[in-house]
Amino acid sequence: MSVMTYAQAIKEAIREELINDENVYFIGEDIGLYGGCFGVSRGLWEEFGEDRIIETPITEGAFTSAAVGMALLGLRPIVEIMFGDFVSLTVDAIVDHAAKYRFMTAGQVNVPMVLRTPFGSGTGAAAQHSQSLEAMYLNTPGLKVVMPSTPYDAKGLLKAAVRDNDPVMFFENKLLYRTSGEVPDEEYTVPIGKGDIKREGTDITLISYSRMVGVCLEAAESLEKEGINCEVLDLRSLRPLDTELIISSVKKTSRALIVYEAPLFGGFGGEICAAINESEAFYYLDCPVRRLGGAEMPVPYNPILEKQIVPTAEKVVETVKNMLGV
Amino acid sequence: MFIELDKEKKKELLKTMHLSRAFETKVNEMFMKGMIHGTTHLGLGQEANHAALSAALCEGDWILPTHRGHGHFIGKGGSVYSMMAELFASKYGIDKGLGGSMHMTDTKNYNMGSSGVVAGAVPIAVGMAFALKKQKKDNLVAVCLGDGAFNQGMTQESLNLAAVWQVPVLFFCENNMYAMSTPSRKYVSGNISDRAASYDIKTITVDGNDVIAVYDAVSAAQEYIKREKKPCFIESKTYRWLGHSKSDLRKYRTKEEEEYYKSLCPIMRYEEYLINEGIITREYADGIQKECEELIEDSVLFSEKTRGDILTIEEAMQYVYDGGSRI
Repeated sequence: MSVMTYAQAIKEAIREELINDENVYFIGEDIGLYGGCFGVSRGLWEEFGEDRIIETPITEGAFTSAAVGMALLGLRPIVEIMFGDFVSLTVDAIVDHAAKYRFMTAGQVNVPMVLRTPFGSGTGAAAQHSQSLEAMYLNTPGLKVVMPSTPYDAKGLLKAAVRDNDPVMFFENKLLYRTSGEVPDEEYTVPIGKGDIKREGTDITLISYSRMVGVCLEAAESLEKEGINCEVLDLRSLRPLDTELIISSVKKTSRALIVYEAPLFGGFGGEICAAINESEAFYYLDCPVRRLGGAEMPVPYNPILEKQIVPTAEKVVETVKNMLGV
Repeated sequence: MFIELDKEKKKELLKTMHLSRAFETKVNEMFMKGMIHGTTHLGLGQEANHAALSAALCEGDWILPTHRGHGHFIGKGGSVYSMMAELFASKYGIDKGLGGSMHMTDTKNYNMGSSGVVAGAVPIAVGMAFALKKQKKDNLVAVCLGDGAFNQGMTQESLNLAAVWQVPVLFFCENNMYAMSTPSRKYVSGNISDRAASYDIKTITVDGNDVIAVYDAVSAAQEYIKREKKPCFIESKTYRWLGHSKSDLRKYRTKEEEEYYKSLCPIMRYEEYLINEGIITREYADGIQKECEELIEDSVLFSEKTRGDILTIEEAMQYVYDGGSRI
């Protein structure tokens, strides 16, 4: 085991897959000598050169579509979109094309590509550099959506995504880049579509993904001091969703709180809530399923306001107590 | 170049044009009668392009037609039976009834199919050309786009990216003068070829109703691309005889205009040439036309007879995800 940051784990995944498979290419803006906007790819250009590390003009729509074309002919491109907000410029490539080619051609082709992008608020970058847009992709069959919370999961899931024969959206939370965790020295992958219990508990299931998993763990620790035992479920993949794990956990705890950073309305929490209600877990519930999500406003520049628009550990604690009637 | 072709190859070009004409004429007739559902975009009048583009390319060169792509499917050697069955949405269709008119993909014949989004396939072609370059293949990707696609930012981004990456892609612009109902003379500012040239891309402008001229333009372009390892651009000026799609009443142009362009019929012109050169007779030309029409009729018979053989939802579901991975 080595301790490394989330950003380093992602870089290691890219690096190992570039070595493993000559069909893998890393494509994006300022990912060469500059090292990427968040420094994730620092060193890759020096190691692999411009043959494998493909720097592009500022032309997200075209190079993401081009990656679709590369994948159609057997390459496995990893596309970096500098900010999660700019995926809006690639929606045609991903939603209209990458997600549809295999289906429209009755399996004549596949689109084995990964689009990875840093998302989320907390950096003072204001409304167009801070969004959490994953919900846009969850209503599109043909795509897989992955949002890891730890360096271990980030590395293992990214490697699995690169090897996957279907297009994968890989969202990385910016505030996680500098967090650290243990990562095995030997080769491993984490399967897409499998959630993970990050903390076992009996009183309530906190269901979350990406940075909010840490927020839930912090809340769980503080609730433990008050005798409340939280289970923290990290979805890791949003599509395909590990519905079985959600159901078995909620059957055990009889309560579920869903926590995510994206605006509450229309966000993924509604889907998880439905998954619980449509399963036998519904009959085990002691109180209604609740959600905590982002505020219904664009991300504000003001740092005090910015902190208030996403769920915090305090807010999770307060909501859990409310649900338990304590 | 065309002049180097033997007589059989020259006759093949005529046959492709007739087959495209017969297919589109029949499809139009069937849509009018409500025999097939959905929508379709027909390429009547643009047959010189359908025949010449693929004929002048080499084995292993890819094409991506526009959504008006039936003729190019034929040009690449695709089976009219599998295309007709696709319109009838049966499992014998090239996409087993999942794609339809706008997505006739035939990878065995190096036809990646069209995008239903105007200009959507243009950057995809750039990426495919990137792949061919990395795989060290001596092939190219030809992507068709219309004059309408020229007002999409994606086309401009793609021209730039292709020139920056120096990839073997042929942008084949079939300027048929109309983007749906909007005439390019009114809605495209400046000259299409000049725009492409401004990205430092070699451009060729050609009479798109003259199959010999289009063949020579594509031959020259593919030689250039393979020699120089750079993209190339062709503007082929042609005319869309019918409306944009089946529901188009064509109020935006005059009958006189349509008649004028029909008088430039690419098939008529080529037949006259072949007869004057002593390569074929009038009887031979008429015979080819009849043969093509009969083939299309037969494909309709087959497709009507088998239209009940469709995929189940469960079978269709298998095509949403591959579900596998490399290791």
